[in-house]
Amino acid sequence: MAKQRYTDFIVGIFMIAGIAALVFLAIKVSGLTTFSESSTYQIKAAFTNIGDLKVRAPVTIAGVKIGRVTTIDLNPQDFKAVITMEIDNASDRIPTDSTANIFTAGLLGANYISITPGFDETFLKNGGEIENTNQALILQNLIGQLLFSLKNPDKNKESP
Amino acid sequence: MIAFIARLGKAGIHICEAIGRSGWLLVRSIIRKPNFRHGFPALVEQIYSEGVLSLIIILVSGLFIGMVVSLQGYNVLEKFGTTPALGQLVALSITRELGPVVSAILFAGRAGSALTAEIGLMKATDQLSSMEMMAVDPLRRVIAPRFWGGFLSVPVLAVIFTTIAIYGGYLVGVRWLGVDNGAFWSGMQSNVDFRIDIINGIIKSIVFGFAITWIAIFQGYDCVPTAEGISRATTRTVVYSSLVILGLDFVLTAMMMGGW
Amino acid sequence: MLENFVTIRNLQFHYRDRVIFDGVDLDIPRGKITAIMGPSGTGKTTLLRLIGAQLTPDQGTVDVDGQAIHQLSRSELYKARRKMGMLFQSGALFTNLSVFDNVAFPIRENYRLPESMIYDLVLLKLEAVGLRGARHLMPSELSGGMARRVALARALALDPQLIMYDEPFTGQDPITMGVLVKLIKTINDTLGTTSIIVSHDVPETASIADYIYLLADGKIIGHGSPETLQNSSAENVNQFLKGLPDGPVPFNYPCNTLEDDLFEEDRP
Repeated sequence: MAKQRYTDFIVGIFMIAGIAALVFLAIKVSGLTTFSESSTYQIKAAFTNIGDLKVRAPVTIAGVKIGRVTTIDLNPQDFKAVITMEIDNASDRIPTDSTANIFTAGLLGANYISITPGFDETFLKNGGEIENTNQALILQNLIGQLLFSLKNPDKNKESP
Repeated sequence: MIAFIARLGKAGIHICEAIGRSGWLLVRSIIRKPNFRHGFPALVEQIYSEGVLSLIIILVSGLFIGMVVSLQGYNVLEKFGTTPALGQLVALSITRELGPVVSAILFAGRAGSALTAEIGLMKATDQLSSMEMMAVDPLRRVIAPRFWGGFLSVPVLAVIFTTIAIYGGYLVGVRWLGVDNGAFWSGMQSNVDFRIDIINGIIKSIVFGFAITWIAIFQGYDCVPTAEGISRATTRTVVYSSLVILGLDFVLTAMMMGGW
Repeated sequence: MLENFVTIRNLQFHYRDRVIFDGVDLDIPRGKITAIMGPSGTGKTTLLRLIGAQLTPDQGTVDVDGQAIHQLSRSELYKARRKMGMLFQSGALFTNLSVFDNVAFPIRENYRLPESMIYDLVLLKLEAVGLRGARHLMPSELSGGMARRVALARALALDPQLIMYDEPFTGQDPITMGVLVKLIKTINDTLGTTSIIVSHDVPETASIADYIYLLADGKIIGHGSPETLQNSSAENVNQFLKGLPDGPVPFNYPCNTLEDDLFEEDRP
């Protein structure tokens, strides 16, 4: 029976090692502790073009991550992309006239949302919407504009 | 020509029969009222012999695979000047693919073949028959604990494999090749998502564990009860398990990428 | 109580393409030693498996202690099996358990008894086969004869009413054979069990059997007490019991004449 107890002990250690490895993976590898579901609130924003924005993309103010994108939907009436974001409860003083922009991380990186704060006295609450939005910078459009203006330098000078 | 088709058809029928028998084996072993008095010690013993005794090969292989991935990854990233991204490269390739798949294949080779041989030998020496005659159902007493032992061991082994592989990657990348420690871990943390990468990896290893254990036990239970039959069955276990793992990996990855 | 512990009527069974039993009728009387003998490969072991319901016949009935065992549900069948003990040809001990644990296995699995009681029971069973001192050994450390005796102790663990011996004497040295013969007879007499011995060792089996059935080609070719059969004039019975090399079971495998084979067109 001593063998049985040894086996039990070792198997217990094995299982604990497995759980410890899982915890390590959760915290050290994926940074899980950053957000838990209950301490966030939701806001929306509508964009004419979201580019490459994906679900779970970060939402930042001044470069600091304060939340992430949870859902991306299309409004069938005005064909705008409606983004739902979850914002950390600690960042609950975002003025209602703030602007939401879509930027690219680095030159070729993923898209993320950056909120430029406005000056209003009232703040966004759960279910609120950011009115001012700027669409994503689409590289192809930019190149197209550049090529067009290179071909037609005169027309450029005439624009009001 | 007709004879060839006839043989093909016959082979197909045999395969269907085998799959049917294996389904029966699974149902009759697992779908039962759990018997904790006898079942639990037997289960612990099986987790020991299938899981714990596989630890050495898992740890060593995990370490080396992590180190190799890191080395190769550094080599490639250097050309783009993006070596700080090594952390997420190592972590993503291991948690998503290498961890579950390689640990499953190793388990199939080490524990799967042992299972097949053991059960095949018990069948060949009439141990299973004699158990039946003693009014003890061998499916519950012998087979079921081995099933559950496999289901539980494989995910644990996969997680341990992934962890030590990432550590191996850290050893090579940060300690040896000089990638910045902070960049290594923070790049990893911001790009590895717990639900998409780690949980999916664990789900993969659970599916693989189920498949391997089922194949190994069925091959042992169904084999021709001679020495040659057992050796053939053991080989089949390793080959079929490996193929099934790789096939399932593709299917699961496609499902997961499609966002399930 | 029924006079016959096992009653078999019109048993038909086939395996792959071979007919193993073609209308066999058998009665195993309670409390006696019945031997089932016959040439190799006639399905004697298959018969034991049919009685234990590990196999199901194509047709016919097998009644054990008044129950048609092939009609029983799974749990009823397992209850009925507690009345039976079977000694396999190789012993079939569990290689990962000690001798003690092997004998204790059926008791521990089927009943909830305190360990002290199990200890006493196992020791008594091992004492009956003379191996009480070997209880700490592992099966790999036992000789063939000792393994069979341990297997016998294990078969006796639940005090069965029916014990089936599958070729118990095959390949044993004379001393071990003597031991086994003595054990089987003693167990049968003292415990009042019904014993079925499947064997082709004529002298040993005939010395203790009360009744013998001769099985060949899927049928019973002779049955009776040992004395009746020894004096039988039937050719096939005679050939088997006396061990004659040629007779109804021919020496030569069926083929053409020697001249035909020597002058065959395809020969090298």
